[in-house]
Amino acid sequence: MSLQPVKFYQTGTFTVGNRLLDESLRTVQANMQRTNSLNSGHRACQGCGEALGARYAIDAAMRATKNRVIATNATGCLEVFSTPYPETSWQIPWMHSVFGNAASVATGIAAALKVKKKSDVRVIAQGGDGGTTDIGFACLSGMFERNDDVLYLCYDNEAYMNTGVQRSSATPPGARTATTPAVGIHPGNAFGTGKNLPLIAMAHQIPYVATASVANLHDLEAKVEKAMGICGARYIHIYVPCPLGWGSSPSDTIKVARLAVETGLFPLFEAEHGEIVSRIPIRNKVPVEEYLKLQKRFAHLFGEDRSAIAMIQEIADRNIRKFGLEEA
Amino acid sequence: MKKPFAITLDPGSSLANHTGSWRTERPVYVDRLPPCNHACPAGEDIQGWLYHAEGGEYRKAWESLMKNNPFPAIMGRVCYHPCEGACNRGKLDESVGIHAVERFLGDEAIRRRWLPEVTAEPSGRHVLVVGSGPSGLSCAYHLRLMGHQVVIMEAESRAGGMMRYGIPQYRLPRDVLDAEISRIASMGVEIRLNAKVADIMDVIEGYDAAFLAVGAHIAKRAYIPAGDASRIIDAVSLLHGMEENSATLLGKRVVVYGGGNTAIDAARTAKRLGAEEPLIVYRRTRERMPAHESELQEAIEEGIRFKWLSTVKRMEEGSITVEKMILDDAGFPQPTGEFETIGADSLVLALGQESELDLLKSVPDIETANGSVKVDSSMMTNHPGIFAGGDMVPSEKTVTAGIGHGKKAARNIDAWLRNEKFSPPEKHEIASFDMLNTWYYSDAPKIRQKALDLARRQSTFEEVIHGLSEENALFEARRCLSCGNCFECDNCYGVCPDNAVIKLGPGSRFRFNYDFCKGCGLCAAECPCGAIQMVPESI
Repeated sequence: MSLQPVKFYQTGTFTVGNRLLDESLRTVQANMQRTNSLNSGHRACQGCGEALGARYAIDAAMRATKNRVIATNATGCLEVFSTPYPETSWQIPWMHSVFGNAASVATGIAAALKVKKKSDVRVIAQGGDGGTTDIGFACLSGMFERNDDVLYLCYDNEAYMNTGVQRSSATPPGARTATTPAVGIHPGNAFGTGKNLPLIAMAHQIPYVATASVANLHDLEAKVEKAMGICGARYIHIYVPCPLGWGSSPSDTIKVARLAVETGLFPLFEAEHGEIVSRIPIRNKVPVEEYLKLQKRFAHLFGEDRSAIAMIQEIADRNIRKFGLEEA
Repeated sequence: MKKPFAITLDPGSSLANHTGSWRTERPVYVDRLPPCNHACPAGEDIQGWLYHAEGGEYRKAWESLMKNNPFPAIMGRVCYHPCEGACNRGKLDESVGIHAVERFLGDEAIRRRWLPEVTAEPSGRHVLVVGSGPSGLSCAYHLRLMGHQVVIMEAESRAGGMMRYGIPQYRLPRDVLDAEISRIASMGVEIRLNAKVADIMDVIEGYDAAFLAVGAHIAKRAYIPAGDASRIIDAVSLLHGMEENSATLLGKRVVVYGGGNTAIDAARTAKRLGAEEPLIVYRRTRERMPAHESELQEAIEEGIRFKWLSTVKRMEEGSITVEKMILDDAGFPQPTGEFETIGADSLVLALGQESELDLLKSVPDIETANGSVKVDSSMMTNHPGIFAGGDMVPSEKTVTAGIGHGKKAARNIDAWLRNEKFSPPEKHEIASFDMLNTWYYSDAPKIRQKALDLARRQSTFEEVIHGLSEENALFEARRCLSCGNCFECDNCYGVCPDNAVIKLGPGSRFRFNYDFCKGCGLCAAECPCGAIQMVPESI
């Protein structure tokens, strides 16, 4: 019996799978044969968004390349919790670089593959926001500028979590970290600091830049798959909540990520050669309080003076305007 | 193996590291009770049959439905669907049109001549059912499925009870009624028509048990002084007469006295017989009217008028006199002494019904009160082996409740015949709205069933509400949130950061791998339908 005329599938494509949908429209993660590139037994905290984001992205890349992937990994949580010598959770060829040079090591691997004429093997570099936006930035910018054939995946949990939650240049304004304590007249991370790496990557005019979130698996997988079909330098910035560093409940990891998108604080978009080509519209717009109140790193904003919340709301509103997140 | 410089250990897998030991809470898969199922007086597993309908497996859906209710085509039309009032989707946009899907399945079964199978071994036991209304037929159906021989004795010339003699054709077409009754007969249930039971003791010999379901066919009367030429009839006779092709002459100006569904049925029938704007007089307010809102709405659409807070004092030729009432603090209507005269050619009384209990005259141990029979929690009267249900026992007096009584009685009779006691399985916790993660459901407004053209609703007895097309029924079924019951969306399997959910394949759901589950609770939080519960580990 053909089910296609009815274009309504109970949960549509919001869930990971959907028994009513054609197999090809379900996610890689719904598949019983997914590669589980990052296997069980890793030492990430309960409800780790980065472990989830890494498996989502690498499994999708594995399917897109028929399992022909080599990955490098900057120092950081992902490297530490996945591979304490001599054990590893990775089920792919994987190489730990140092903190700052994951992009350069990946460039080297890509060059070696070219020499060996193995064009079917693709290279991925991955790192956290610290290893990407701060320590590894020079190497990354060089990789972009040379248009090396590497996909760089940044798992953004908005601080140095592995070393004890210190501020990075991806830490959002107002957030409490070990180095931006919630004291003084302007508690938490200062407003007006930090950098937006997806926009910087776009400024390099590389073939493909995208943002993705663990709260939108279909979108994340589609972006990784698209990136694996492109040659040259590519960059995907994946939003991965950190229950430990953010002071959120481990069971709220996806909820927090979803609210970051639905408030407008983390816009989901794609850019090709420096130009934005698509964005995911907000489904149910919510005020930033809903997002902030789930995280202890923002608890100090909920005192008598709520001006910081208003400023964060302004950031969200500006994103919504700038990226056109309310247009269908 | 020669190791590289400075390497002393073989590479190992993290699978050696059983992170399950970190856990303080463990997720477990549960099946919670969907509110629709909880609200159904017939005890249907609504979420269960919708699950099959969602996949387009209508035959399976129908078979699942038929486990609890032999009349989907009838119920899809006449049930007041308390399920939809309880539906969690109502808090999201609008409740699922359960009755419309049920009707679609019922009509599909009639069209395709699907038949239920009796697979039970013949028990050799005989049960007598008195009355072929919804309750009696339902009881007979379930007893037959359990392998018993059943004979139904029916006083009227046709089977169906109040479904035929109380519910007008524009709500329940008779071909639908006949089809679903004949399906029960085809299973081997013998229905003896024109077989009024005057005394149960005269006929019970040869039967191992009996189920009484004679309904409530006697109209309650109120004393209303009336002149010789005035026309007062009761609604039960009016509706009954419609089936005997002897429509009562009512005249142009018809007043119906009462506020229940029967009053509405009588007024809408009067309209179709040619009355101009029938008037319903009710002693309380619209809010306190026992009639169902949907019926009230349809009646208003058809031009039925209402006079609230009024009682009929007397009738003269061509008019009635009503007294205005006010509600006291307790909500009871109190007379005001203000009177009004209203033109009326006839007055139809719809003031409730009682059962005719003459058949119990030789069984004095059966307790009766207020025109109904007392039964215990197993539907058995004080007389061992004689059970009763439907409108003749205290209940809400709907078709659905009657069908539920029949099923419950059948299960208890079956147990009683084996000298056992039927104990219903323990009910699961209700899947309330706050247990759902509704983010995941697609937005979808309810599909409205089309209604018959208003002009034809006022002059013919054609069915008013139309059925859904297959496409619409499928859409409506898919609006189900599957509250409390896994529908294999793969969310738990996908969102586990530790790959600790094992997917067992289509239809087999999932299993947790507690060796690696750290107990973060993401699976439970992201389960759309609330089918995962976190329970504390014993440490």
